[in-house]
Amino acid sequence: MEYFVIIIASIFVNNIVLAQFLGICPFLGVSNKVETSLGMGAAVTFVMAISSIVVYLLQYYVLVPLNIAFLQTIAFILVIAALVQMVEIILKKVSPALYQALGIFLPLITTNCAVLGVAILLVQKEYNLLESVVFAVSTAIGFTLALVLFAGLRERLELADLPKAMKGTPVALLTAGILAMAFMGFSGLV
Amino acid sequence: MSNLKIFTKGFVKENPTFSLLLGMCPTLGTTTSAVNGMSMGLATMFVLILSNIVISLIKNLIPDKVRIPAFIVVIATLVTLLQLFMEAYVPAIYETLGVFIPLIVVNCIILGRAEAFASKNTPFKSALDGAGIGVGFTFSLTLLGAAREFLGSASLFGHKFEALQPYGMLIFVLAPGAFIALSYLMVLFNKATAKIK
Repeated sequence: MEYFVIIIASIFVNNIVLAQFLGICPFLGVSNKVETSLGMGAAVTFVMAISSIVVYLLQYYVLVPLNIAFLQTIAFILVIAALVQMVEIILKKVSPALYQALGIFLPLITTNCAVLGVAILLVQKEYNLLESVVFAVSTAIGFTLALVLFAGLRERLELADLPKAMKGTPVALLTAGILAMAFMGFSGLV
Repeated sequence: MSNLKIFTKGFVKENPTFSLLLGMCPTLGTTTSAVNGMSMGLATMFVLILSNIVISLIKNLIPDKVRIPAFIVVIATLVTLLQLFMEAYVPAIYETLGVFIPLIVVNCIILGRAEAFASKNTPFKSALDGAGIGVGFTFSLTLLGAAREFLGSASLFGHKFEALQPYGMLIFVLAPGAFIALSYLMVLFNKATAKIK
């Protein structure tokens, strides 16, 4: 039951993009087509799941016993950057097909604040290992959901006749605002 | 480029929020009021100026291939300093800004300036550049915060307008309002700068 609450809360109620404003850069940058946003979502899910395990172990078996929890930010960002590199190298060897599919999105993930954000949040919320993984994966699903929905809207938006000053980012933000309003309907669910 | 130009280009021409579209997460996430927006802007400016100075001082010591990880370590160290400092002296603001303070590490403005400016220029010029971009960012965040605070809770910098209280639109303080307010501010910015350009 606890896990179910975490899943629903992080996909819908506290959607990472639309309610917590993490990972806005890829949200506005890559979400022009439904396929590319699915690719980005898959890459983020993959990295977030692995990084949540690594970060959990790092926090509770290295930083806390050594009494250097204040170095959290430095340690986490280094681990995530190294991890993204490593995932890229391993994928290239083990599964070239998946590497091809995720290709360009992998290096972009290091600068995705959603990954570091989730790492910090799961420590803040004091989740155990399994809860951390569930939290990370369902947050990533929420991210993918927001990205895909937004991409679908933006594909239609390209045909709209808009004032010049409104074109591009302003109208994208406005659409995101309306989407966020829709997601507010989920608040109070858990 | 003259020193004055280095400093002022961050205000409008290379304004990080409105024309470069960098650092969107803290821009949307922390601007529930003018004071919150301003604190986030100042915190970012602090890291930006110092990281620009440090990186331009050590630019010749860093091998080209590992420069990005090296920059990230410098930035993360400065952010940790800022975190400890804020937790000690302004705990209330530290609480409100929450996760966005450690997330300054992945703010693309800072890494962007390190890569584009500080790694090629003198420490003094880099400090000016950091200050200019920082002021531009702080200004945008304060403006967005003020707009949201005024529309959402009919107050400005914590000062309540009693007569307007019944007209506050709560939606502007909540998540969707951030997107909508920024969208319209951007339209105004585009309109205003279209004539200059």
